[in-house]
Amino acid sequence: MKAITSVFLGFIFGLGLIISGMTNPDKVLNFLTFGENWDGSLIIVMAVAMGIMMLAWFWVSKKDSPLFGETFSLSNLKNVDRRLITGSVLFGLGWGLSGICPGPGLVQLVSLKMEFWLFFASVLSGMWLAKKI
Amino acid sequence: MVTEFTPISAALGGALIGIACALLLVLFGKVAGISGLVKSLFTPLKPDNVWKVCFIAGLLIAGIATSFIAPELLEGDLNIPSWLIIVAGLLVGVGTSLANGCTSGHGVCGMSRFSTRSWVSTCVFMLVAVITANLIG
Repeated sequence: MKAITSVFLGFIFGLGLIISGMTNPDKVLNFLTFGENWDGSLIIVMAVAMGIMMLAWFWVSKKDSPLFGETFSLSNLKNVDRRLITGSVLFGLGWGLSGICPGPGLVQLVSLKMEFWLFFASVLSGMWLAKKI
Repeated sequence: MVTEFTPISAALGGALIGIACALLLVLFGKVAGISGLVKSLFTPLKPDNVWKVCFIAGLLIAGIATSFIAPELLEGDLNIPSWLIIVAGLLVGVGTSLANGCTSGHGVCGMSRFSTRSWVSTCVFMLVAVITANLIG
């Protein structure tokens, strides 16, 4: 049941990325780049998604366990350390160069364009490399 | 390429993303961070992690369904040379791995939880991405 529901939730998430236009690197780059072609759509996507998630976190704060499960599996990391900052800088560089982050990168694999497969293979390689650091 | 400001589809898409993340949290107590899900593909599959593979499958199914029903929604190209695609992909992979999150985990799920780490991470990667895009573009 959890497996089927997860497929469904991934499907909804993916539709959200597609409908919002976030799977188009140009739309993301036009948000990141200031000028006459500036496209503020991304900020609306983030704001609406965050608003809904705030309600979910509020619900979580009043509960001891999720509806179907023993505990909430949440990060208990607190420290803002060099690893977090370095990682965020590197991710920002890659995102700013390409206009694509992991979610849209996954979805665009289905377009069967070589460029997106090359990108995603590089992301996987980067993750593998990071495990060695 | 010029893109249009599309507030309505952005809000609709954002709502779907928010609902998916919220349900995952409320139903199963899990956080939808895509880079974390992808990273979990590197570890041997345990029963606890089956949902992660399923979520990723759902993302791909959304793409496949769209490519049949409304392929124009999937338009978009990486208009940079191949070597830069590789560099960008490596940076995204290493970066999200070290930072333990990306736009979904830190941006959508973490900031709404008022996590300091997520706010710092998102502000840093947004700022660096804006500077990078403006210098390159």
